[in-house]
Amino acid sequence: MAKFNLKVNGKNKEVDVDPATPVLWVLRDHLHLTGTKYGCGVASCGACTIHLNGKAVRSCQLPVSAAANLEITTIEGLSEKGDHPVQKAWLDLDVAQCGYCQTGQIMSASALLKSNPHPSDADIDNFMSGNICRCGTYLRIREAIQTAARNTAK
Amino acid sequence: MGNDKNMYSRRSFLKVSSLTGGGMMIGFSWMASLKPTEVLAGTTAAAEWIELTGFVKITPDNLIKIMSPNPEFGQNVITSMPMIIAEELDADWKKVVVEQADFNIPKYKNQFSGGSQSIRQGWQLLRKAGASAKAMLLQAAADEWKVPVAELTASQGVVYHKASNRSLTYGALATAASKLPIPEKVELKKTIDFSLLGTAQKNVEGEKIVTGKPLFTLDYHQEGMLIAMTIRPTAFGMQLKSYDATEALKMPGIKHVFDIKVYKEGYERAGFDTRTFNHLVVVVGNTTWEVMNARKKMAIQWEPMPEKKEMVAGWGGKKEELIPAGLESSADHMKNMRAMQKKPAPVLRKDGNPEAAFAKAKKVLERTYSAPFLPHNTMEPISCFAHVTDERAFFVAPTQVPDFIRPTLVANLGIPASKLEIQLARMGGGFGRRAYCHYMVEAGLISQKIKAPVKLVYTREDDMTNGVYRPSYMVTYKAAIDEKNNVTAIHIKGGGIPDNAIHANRFPAGAFDNYLAEGWTIPSNITIGAFRAPGSNFIAGAEQSFLDELAETIGKDPIDYRIELLQKAKTSPVGKNNDYDADRYIGVLELVKEKSGWGKPNTKNVRRGVAAYFCHNSYAAHVVDLTMKNGQPVVEKVVSAMDCGLVVNPEGATNMVEGAVVDGIGNALFGGLVFEKGEPKQKNFNQYRMIRHREAPKKIEVHFVKNNIDPTGLGEPPFPPIFGAMANALYKATGKRFYDQPFQNALDKKG
Repeated sequence: MAKFNLKVNGKNKEVDVDPATPVLWVLRDHLHLTGTKYGCGVASCGACTIHLNGKAVRSCQLPVSAAANLEITTIEGLSEKGDHPVQKAWLDLDVAQCGYCQTGQIMSASALLKSNPHPSDADIDNFMSGNICRCGTYLRIREAIQTAARNTAK
Repeated sequence: MGNDKNMYSRRSFLKVSSLTGGGMMIGFSWMASLKPTEVLAGTTAAAEWIELTGFVKITPDNLIKIMSPNPEFGQNVITSMPMIIAEELDADWKKVVVEQADFNIPKYKNQFSGGSQSIRQGWQLLRKAGASAKAMLLQAAADEWKVPVAELTASQGVVYHKASNRSLTYGALATAASKLPIPEKVELKKTIDFSLLGTAQKNVEGEKIVTGKPLFTLDYHQEGMLIAMTIRPTAFGMQLKSYDATEALKMPGIKHVFDIKVYKEGYERAGFDTRTFNHLVVVVGNTTWEVMNARKKMAIQWEPMPEKKEMVAGWGGKKEELIPAGLESSADHMKNMRAMQKKPAPVLRKDGNPEAAFAKAKKVLERTYSAPFLPHNTMEPISCFAHVTDERAFFVAPTQVPDFIRPTLVANLGIPASKLEIQLARMGGGFGRRAYCHYMVEAGLISQKIKAPVKLVYTREDDMTNGVYRPSYMVTYKAAIDEKNNVTAIHIKGGGIPDNAIHANRFPAGAFDNYLAEGWTIPSNITIGAFRAPGSNFIAGAEQSFLDELAETIGKDPIDYRIELLQKAKTSPVGKNNDYDADRYIGVLELVKEKSGWGKPNTKNVRRGVAAYFCHNSYAAHVVDLTMKNGQPVVEKVVSAMDCGLVVNPEGATNMVEGAVVDGIGNALFGGLVFEKGEPKQKNFNQYRMIRHREAPKKIEVHFVKNNIDPTGLGEPPFPPIFGAMANALYKATGKRFYDQPFQNALDKKG
């Protein structure tokens, strides 16, 4: 066990855990931020996507020891009132079915738009293909990302 | 379904109790003992809500809460079921809040999410619930104004007396209305008067989903809660021999290691009590990561499981189930199924004299189709929270069928039914998997044993390797063709491991004078369960591929040929018990033909395939347009036509059909769990291929047949025919027929 200072959604949080613990489980079990989902534990589904210093990473493969003092953003901190352009577009397009993967999809999508504000459909498909949606909402996700891009550009 | 009159005739049970908030609450006496207190996401405090019927609560300032009875797994009944109530209630949908009901069958009657039945079976019940509450509000206004109730109207949560130009909100009338009896009989609206149903409404939980609120069982947390994981054999056909927990118990955060038997010795299983591995090792600790690590330190010995015979009480009565010993492999499965195709099999249906027709045939078209086991792979792996004490057995669980698991929990936990409370958490996918709730028994037993609240967590690997799969299937279709190029007989023979997919009375039964259907099964120790449109999800693809090839063989357009057969089934049906409505079948084919521009020349090397199917009370047809790029298919567009009767919420319904199309394309191309020596070879998403963004169609267009038929299901019907439409489009694009799922295997070989 070791103590780590984490910067989660702009707040400092100290946790005392095994240094190998993935950030996913620190968020979920220790900080009770459960918007970041467990889906596979092998970085193959994207449900656990967070932002680390603004970039999308799979938190299930990120040991807490490697994340100390870096800026972690989770879905709970993406926007104060749930009104990030990507979240709003997700509601406009009524994207979700079961909803379980959608927080990971939204964290990937918001990271994509930060690095590529006007993605083509092919850009979206490439960037988002690490995020599985078992319900098959891919078309709505694509459209929502394009909508968010348009609304951000305005 | 059950007799819902019951709900309205038990007025003697009504009781009115004063609440501290100043409002009145009306309820049924049997509710009192059945009220879980924990809620995942609370709304307005209960005391402010005035309850009118079991489903409707109103605040004095005119907020309306509607309880959604059925478990939610992404089919969005949490929006559509309350919409049905709100329509009859004449509520202002913008002022309606929806809350997921807890498990309470006396109050909510039908809390079953499966078989595409939620809306179909809830339709009358929910309309009556809304209409009853409205009638009570109208009566309260009539009493207040001393005018006949017939002079009143209601709209958007307000009651009007136009003659005297008076109005009162539902909120203002709620307390008085709650003291009135629930009417015995109420008049329901005419469909032409619907104003909310048929309009597109957003998912009522959308905001909670996009902000990451704790909606799911895996998100549930309670003070003092421990985390449990189980360890089961790595291969089907094995069982626990012994274990040594010494090293695991030394690991940080670990509290307990023990073993459990899920079903008691001698317990007679019900149809959904699937037994994959009955004897499990359990590791309990403080956190998920600690338990995961400790599991790796367990020294466990497995041994071969002996052959077993168990009595199972299913819907078709009790029957003995053979669970063979041995370690099974996919290669052997295929070999065994091909051998069964050569042996005589039980006849499921026979019309005319198919043997004579085949003997006289000038040409016989014979094709064999197969499909592998499929894991459901819900994005949220299996989990369950349980806290079982002497006072109560409390569960937060992802269950499609809480009423099925109730007697199982009662029997195997040894608790009275009156102490059982189940909070129906939003499920991260279901697809049939969560109709088999062995995990609730497991969590309950663990909580009992450790005397603490516990959350049972399956890893992805646990989830994917734990059975309850879509069975593996094979079927052979044969057509006798005479010298005039007429099809004179159809023979369907097939089976599966350990269940077959032959629906002998479905189309094309009824369309051929000579028809024979035979079916067989092979027992297995690999467990199976319902998977989105059970049986149909295989047979539709096979049948629709065969009809496509048959139409081509006799020189007919595939849509026109299907319609021709359906016309015959309509005007002069062969045999009895034909299980489809030929007119509605033709309806979706004609709609998809029109909307896809079928038959018109296309550009850009687009190749197309069509398929249609009927199951779960609804009709679906798809046209798939695809191109080939580097030897791989690119789905340019799918046009879908659906007849599910009246569409309650076009937004959710369209999303559902789109999802079924993507799911179907994914499973047709990539789905398949491979076994070697009893062990699933893929255990996680880095080994098991799921459809991803870049493989999804570029466009999906969904069209609904417009009619006023009472709504039927939508979760399943659009799924099965997409397999056939894909196979047929792939044929047009590659010149090769695709007979064995997943199609990617053949594409890779060709590549």
